[in-house]
Amino acid sequence: MSDARPTRRQQYEANLRRRALWRAGISSAAFVLAIIILVPMAPGWVAVKKSFFNWDILQRTFPGLLKAFVWDVAIFAWSMPLIAILGLALALARDAHSPGLFPLRIGAIAFIDIFRGIPVILVVFLIGFGIPGLGLPRPWNSPYIWGTVALVLTYSAYVAEIFRSGIDSVHASQRAAATSLGLGHGDVMRFVVLPQAIRRVVPANMNMLIALQKDVALLSFIGPVELLRQAGVYKSLLANFTPYVGAAVIFLFITIPATRFADHLLARQKRARS
Amino acid sequence: MLGKTILGAGLVLATSHMALAAGECAAGKTIADGMLTVATGNPAYFPWVIDDNPAGGQGFEAAVAYAVAGAMGFDADAVAWVRAGFDESIQPGAKNFDFNLQQFSITDEREQVVDFSDSYYSAAMAVLLRQPTVDAGAEPTLASLKTLKWGAVASTTALPVVTEIIAPDQSPLLYDDNTNVVEAMKAGQIDAAIFDLPTALFLSAVILDDGAILGQFPADRAANPDRFGLLMEDGNPLVACVNEAIASIKADGSLAAIEAQWLQETTGVPVIK
Amino acid sequence: MKLRLVDIDKSFGANHVLKRFSLDVDEGECVCLIGPSGSGKSTVLRTVNLLEPVDDGQILLDGVDIAEPGLDPQPIRQRIGIVFQSYNLFPHMTAADNVKLAPRRLLAEAPAALADRVGGLFETFGLSGHMDHYPDQLSGGQQQRVAIIRALAMRPEIMLFDEVTSALDPELVGEVLDVMRRLRDQRMTMIVATHEMDFAREAADRVAMLDGGQIIEQGAAEALLTAPARQRTRDFLRLDRSK
Repeated sequence: MSDARPTRRQQYEANLRRRALWRAGISSAAFVLAIIILVPMAPGWVAVKKSFFNWDILQRTFPGLLKAFVWDVAIFAWSMPLIAILGLALALARDAHSPGLFPLRIGAIAFIDIFRGIPVILVVFLIGFGIPGLGLPRPWNSPYIWGTVALVLTYSAYVAEIFRSGIDSVHASQRAAATSLGLGHGDVMRFVVLPQAIRRVVPANMNMLIALQKDVALLSFIGPVELLRQAGVYKSLLANFTPYVGAAVIFLFITIPATRFADHLLARQKRARS
Repeated sequence: MLGKTILGAGLVLATSHMALAAGECAAGKTIADGMLTVATGNPAYFPWVIDDNPAGGQGFEAAVAYAVAGAMGFDADAVAWVRAGFDESIQPGAKNFDFNLQQFSITDEREQVVDFSDSYYSAAMAVLLRQPTVDAGAEPTLASLKTLKWGAVASTTALPVVTEIIAPDQSPLLYDDNTNVVEAMKAGQIDAAIFDLPTALFLSAVILDDGAILGQFPADRAANPDRFGLLMEDGNPLVACVNEAIASIKADGSLAAIEAQWLQETTGVPVIK
Repeated sequence: MKLRLVDIDKSFGANHVLKRFSLDVDEGECVCLIGPSGSGKSTVLRTVNLLEPVDDGQILLDGVDIAEPGLDPQPIRQRIGIVFQSYNLFPHMTAADNVKLAPRRLLAEAPAALADRVGGLFETFGLSGHMDHYPDQLSGGQQQRVAIIRALAMRPEIMLFDEVTSALDPELVGEVLDVMRRLRDQRMTMIVATHEMDFAREAADRVAMLDGGQIIEQGAAEALLTAPARQRTRDFLRLDRSK
């Protein structure tokens, strides 16, 4: 319950907000109306609608698309933790200072350079086909396994660099304080640096996750019938692109909330820092 | 279907009136004036094209292309070759060729977005696998085929044969082209795949070290028997001329001769029960 | 003699910060280091704690040279505590966890005993109610006091203070200086780099004036701070202002 009359400033700003709301509402309504009226009047709209936005075909194919999407979700679900673990391990190996660990460090540098430098699809082909082609017995030659391996190797290289930047961003004074208490390097990393580093790079890693959510579709090239492939099969069967539009909608259903969540985390972090 | 019948009847009438004078029918209807632009796959396989060199005229489809061109009044140096992907060719839209021959099966769905000529070949579909799978007990019966792990090229007519006629116990893995299907077979990720018989014979003899043909589905088995047609852009006015040419090379026996020359191995393959 | 710095040389690149620096500190003594920025006060403290290796010279702790290259610094760092100007508390841990981390990992103390001791420390310094608070929930003065407790929890023999009140609001300086006075009363061996002259006058046994990486003057606190012999010290303390 307000205990005082609104100040002059508050009244002015309330007025501004009201007017702004009106303007936004009217221009948005006009915009939507324009789209609804003008777009169907464009030549070729009927053809585009039939080819891309065919409601009948969407209804028929949607259940099949959803079923295929389960594979995308599954591949994502088991890739994610592996990427996190391998990425962190690579980040630590990359910065290993002890001379005895030098091969590990060189190996990590080479690994990160290579897998950040090759297109993911190429890695998927090389590993998804190439390794099983060496004669592994079933089920060890499954494209699901080796396709996942390809995704994990590639993405952990990116995630490793993100973790490294997080580790670097922890101020040297934190390390100094921990070291001055007598803690050894391992303890300093484990209890002081890494907890802070990992928290800091959560928004950046979320971006990687969102990219991964889409790149699981690359496994369609080596066999698994996930969403992209299933949409393609429908497209060939029905000579219509609507299944692809359906697939896009399904992807957006997952990636848009994920993006908003990542934005939220980033904003929260910015507020906390300032 | 009805439209095609009318068209066919019309052609018969037309050929009795028109002489196949050089380029008369096709004049002004090709992409490049005075030239016929023909497309095929990249790479183009045996026995459809020999040594991936369609301009050499060797191989069943290369020979058919030159025969059709000749019947339309284009001699050998008026034929230009381009390459086009299988998948991209069966999309709707403008094409950069006059016609494309790449073992395209004529289907109603495809007819909605592209035009096909009359059929120039009827293909049986054959089951390709590796010898170890045969040794492990695979037989040319549907019951046996159901137990195998299948692969197929996603946009071809082989897929419906696998999913509807064979209906295997495990869901098939799908790929973009023949090469990937064969890779998967070599890697042991799939047991079997279906190709048109000549392609299957080639893959079995040359590409796979231990390939084997288990059996064939005769051409009339499927609801939509696999007939190959020349693929053209939707609404291409050249269709009539092409069909005229095909009718003429069928009538004078040259098509049969080409088939006998390049596809004579397609006998003696057991039929799937 | 508890601690002897003998002819310490330390450079950072081209910057020769400490030049044949020598200082003796007796057990239980409180020595204040004063001097302008860049005179080397922080560097002295960081070399004693072995955070920075010295280029030349010796640091004798109970007669043993701890500056010897190749020596494992960890056990020595446990014996010497340091508190920094910017507190450097671990932001992702509560105050209590900040304090308990190093003892848990390094001291062979039973968890219950450690909890008791830490609780006692928090109570002694008036912070019992804040044990479960995170650093960002504490004022600057409270954070600095927690930082001091964190260093004390390792039971050090020597405590080093690097301008620990310089970053604090004037009203919070007092509570931190009170803590330091208590330690001094408990006869903790302390080296304090500070700008708080009143504290130095009242709490220090000895004051040393640094300039250009060397001690230019040292002596009893009262005497040096009221009537220093060297002009540089006089200028620094602004004793000739009225003229």
